Amino acid sequence: MTNKLVRGYEIVIGLENHVQLSTQSKIFSGSSTAFGAEPNTQASAVDLALPGTLPVLNRGAVERAIRFGLAVGAKVAPLSIFARKNYFYPDLPKGYQISQFEIPVVQGGKVEFFVGDKKHSVNLTRAHLEEDAGKSLHEDYHGQSGIDLNRAGTPLLEIVSEPDMRSGAEAAEYAKTLHALVMWLGICDGNMQEGSFRCDVNVSVRKPGEPYGTRREIKNLNSFRYLLQAVDYEVNWQIDQLEDGLAIQQATVLFNPDTGETRAMRSKEDSADYRYFPDPDLPPLMIAPEWVERVKAEMPELPAVMAQRFQDVDGLPAYDATMMTQSLATARFYEAAREGCGAPKLVANWVMGEISRRLNAEERAIDASPVPAMTLAALIKRIQDGTISNNAAKQVFEALWSGEGSDVDALIEAKGLKQMSDSGELERILDEVLAANAKSVEEYRAGKDKAFNALVGQAMKATKGKANPSAVNELLRKKLGG
Amino acid sequence: MALTPQDVSRIAHLARLELQEAESAALLPQLNGFFSIVEQMSAVDTRGVEPLYTPLSTVQQVALRLREDRVTESNQRELNQRSAPAVEDGLFLVPKVIE
Amino acid sequence: MSGLDPKPLHQLGVAELGRALAAKSVSSAELTQHLLARVTSHEALGAFLHVDADAALAAAKAADARRAGGDTGALLGVPLAHKDIFVTRDMPTTAGSKILAGYRSPFDATVLARLFAAGTVSLGKLNCDEFAMGSANENSAYGPVANPWDAARVPGGSSGGSAAAVSARLVPAATGTDTGGSIRQPASFTGITGIKPTYGVCSRYGMIAFASSLDQAGPMARSAEDCALLLSAMSGFDERDATSVERPPQDFHAQMQQAREGATAAQPLKGLRIGLPKEFFPAGLSSDVDKAVREGLSQMEKLGATLVEVSLPRTELAIPVYYIIAPAEASSNLSRFDGVKFGHRAAQYDDLLDMYKKTRAEGFGAEVKRRIMIGSYVLSHGYYDAYYLQAQKLRRMIADDFQQCFTQCDLIAGPVAPTVAWKHGEGKDDPVKAYLADIFTLPGSLAGLPGMSVPVGFGEGGMPVGLQLLGNYFQEGRLLHAAHALQQATDWHQQAPSGY
Repeated sequence: MTNKLVRGYEIVIGLENHVQLSTQSKIFSGSSTAFGAEPNTQASAVDLALPGTLPVLNRGAVERAIRFGLAVGAKVAPLSIFARKNYFYPDLPKGYQISQFEIPVVQGGKVEFFVGDKKHSVNLTRAHLEEDAGKSLHEDYHGQSGIDLNRAGTPLLEIVSEPDMRSGAEAAEYAKTLHALVMWLGICDGNMQEGSFRCDVNVSVRKPGEPYGTRREIKNLNSFRYLLQAVDYEVNWQIDQLEDGLAIQQATVLFNPDTGETRAMRSKEDSADYRYFPDPDLPPLMIAPEWVERVKAEMPELPAVMAQRFQDVDGLPAYDATMMTQSLATARFYEAAREGCGAPKLVANWVMGEISRRLNAEERAIDASPVPAMTLAALIKRIQDGTISNNAAKQVFEALWSGEGSDVDALIEAKGLKQMSDSGELERILDEVLAANAKSVEEYRAGKDKAFNALVGQAMKATKGKANPSAVNELLRKKLGG
Repeated sequence: MALTPQDVSRIAHLARLELQEAESAALLPQLNGFFSIVEQMSAVDTRGVEPLYTPLSTVQQVALRLREDRVTESNQRELNQRSAPAVEDGLFLVPKVIE
Repeated sequence: MSGLDPKPLHQLGVAELGRALAAKSVSSAELTQHLLARVTSHEALGAFLHVDADAALAAAKAADARRAGGDTGALLGVPLAHKDIFVTRDMPTTAGSKILAGYRSPFDATVLARLFAAGTVSLGKLNCDEFAMGSANENSAYGPVANPWDAARVPGGSSGGSAAAVSARLVPAATGTDTGGSIRQPASFTGITGIKPTYGVCSRYGMIAFASSLDQAGPMARSAEDCALLLSAMSGFDERDATSVERPPQDFHAQMQQAREGATAAQPLKGLRIGLPKEFFPAGLSSDVDKAVREGLSQMEKLGATLVEVSLPRTELAIPVYYIIAPAEASSNLSRFDGVKFGHRAAQYDDLLDMYKKTRAEGFGAEVKRRIMIGSYVLSHGYYDAYYLQAQKLRRMIADDFQQCFTQCDLIAGPVAPTVAWKHGEGKDDPVKAYLADIFTLPGSLAGLPGMSVPVGFGEGGMPVGLQLLGNYFQEGRLLHAAHALQQATDWHQQAPSGY
């Protein structure tokens, strides 16, 4: 593939996404995972690592990992190992994080998405189960920080991609697709403000053909817009360094949305040696084939499969099909509207056009669209049966969206947008037009086709655009021919 | 192989232990004495041997037992924090955390 | 004291007390009073770290009330004391460490909760080596423990307080924990009986972790029968411990009494093959220990057992293997002691890093620091494969050697320790030398096998010597049966140190 270069450099990006799994209880304890509770009211003795406590793994977290593995066509490991990642940090109660190191539960797989109408495929290295850390509150307590461990022990699936992305746009699109997928699968609520879906982005640059450059990891990006900004800033910063003859040091950096800049984290400086070893409190996680089969049977139709169906059955182009499966809500909307009007391509056009344009503008989700699927279907029906023109349909849509009305036919009536189907009336007008434009009629008869178009134009004007253009053409030719 | 004073201070830092001069000085020969009895280990050929992470796997397959996904804990903050060195508004206080 | 029993109350074991309480010849309250008085008069032993007389008496009265209400149960009203490595809700828990000074757990360890539910009375918490790291109880932040047989000598460790308290007749029995021999070795040094069950038989929940893949709780008492009664109550599946073995509750007392096939009254051990690993009888084994152990074995022969020589070729390797694995796990298990959520925090520090380092430097003792250093080093980048991984592979080879032995014998026997209890202060300067003395208990610990120490006489300085019996996985019943048979025929276990 040909990669867009930035200032002569190729950008290499890999992502690590931390996905909070939508379990009721924590990964190793029976504490609630509900967001927003009073500090440390959802931190049990186990979560606080009080002396003598031990972890017991939550089946629901494993089940969600299996779901994800199946969805991306990865290998669900029949045996995987929990390991301790040792480092000291106040939000890490045990002084180690229980994670998976050498043998993760999900191995391989890939994620496909479009950037514009170009299809991309990103390979996954792995996805492993681990526990989330608590939070350090930085507002000042007489020069100290406050530690809230409610989040400690929330189940995470860390999804690691190969360095397959070559631009911020690709990275953002990959992240969006992953985000949509985990929500589609019902394994994560996708709430990025609350940190349910976080992106760490590994960025490096190199001259084409050269080996990978040294990467810096941008931590904890919680919006796709920030991701784009951060990558853009980081790429140019790295290129500046190299252009100034400076080497890139491997580092963990934070993105500051206010300044739009990235800066190296101080706290991570010496956490190089994690002393991983298998957690002796947790024997190997065994996943029997029967379990995988059961999860497979309960899986919803996957976006890719559904998109293929939209191509095969509805005859949508690949791009449209993918767009109609961006989220479960979009797919449901599309399918309902298609059922209602039987015109898949028209529905796709409207969803990709007017609807998403307005939704984006108002930052609404499609399931909150002021124009519901069945209403859109009714509108499309009226275009198909020639009752209204496309332009008229847009006016009706505006009215529906703005809440001026909710019944398509009523609005068409009220706005008088109905195309003229009464041929008697049309003939009367056409006769007037012909009479009033004798010159054009002669020219036409003399063989000037342009003259015919002029007459059509006059006719449309005389009908104030309500006439069905094809009907006008037909009648005119008949009259002139006669 | 013998440990150096640098190894000792590196490990002490990793383990978050402040060692006094005298302590480090005493530790070095002790650690080296220990690792001298460890040497015999490396002589054994263990190729193809599975590590024994949990004892019972000597005689049977040991699989991790799983919990059902249910909330079983209630708020015990007061009891859980009764031995905490510094608490305010239910938060554990620590010296400023710099990211 | 009331009742017709000629023996003073403190000489009675758990089973005898159970019978006396059932016969109402004594009340739990009287018994508790009597023992509390002894605890006070023998404070000098240093066995107890915490005594709560009022709570003990209240528990005793509650037990008496339960009995009056028709409740029975072999342990109802029996006073015990517990190694301070088990967390307790109503008593402080220190693990013998300064870093936990004044710590109050919000919950009881599962093992203790079960003993409490059985109606046992807790007199208090017992001294031990800091975080159970030691074999002389000289690593406790709260002072050493004297061996009742000779105050100048150590009681063994890490369950030294438990061993001393039981040996000195302050309590009929106590809980202990065994990671590399911490129940068996102090039992041997103080002339009592102790059993470490198969890994996974007793819940580790609420037992402050030293080395998670090795730690096991067990009873320390004055007879195999008493151990059987306690182990039945302590053990069993616990959903809070992912390494706890899922199986129905066991009645070890019944298993202990189960007669062997073809056994006779005179020969209760008929057909029992006892394997003697030649590596357990090296040249370096001191002659007094060797003599006592062989005397115990010949008694078992008289009872019908046959002795067969077997081999555990990697016995010596068990030392480095254990002292890699245990410190590695410990270095990680002890990271939670950081001055943030509980326990000691340094008074003065510059910043977060300094707070960690000073807190841990002040809170941990020399041996704990040593093991944290060893553990952190062997896990650190570039050394993992050579040390930790290699050790875990050797651990499997050692465990496989035992399985090989058990094709030739039913039980394995040998000494618990190469010598009798040594003098206070000896070997303190050379920690590595102390590690070598664990040689006979470490192999069984690494394999996770059940093991016992049973008194078989006395050696140098009139100090007790213990016979170590090791069984295959879940063979606690067979171990207890053999030990019980021996104790029915001998009285070594009934010898009390003079003055107690």
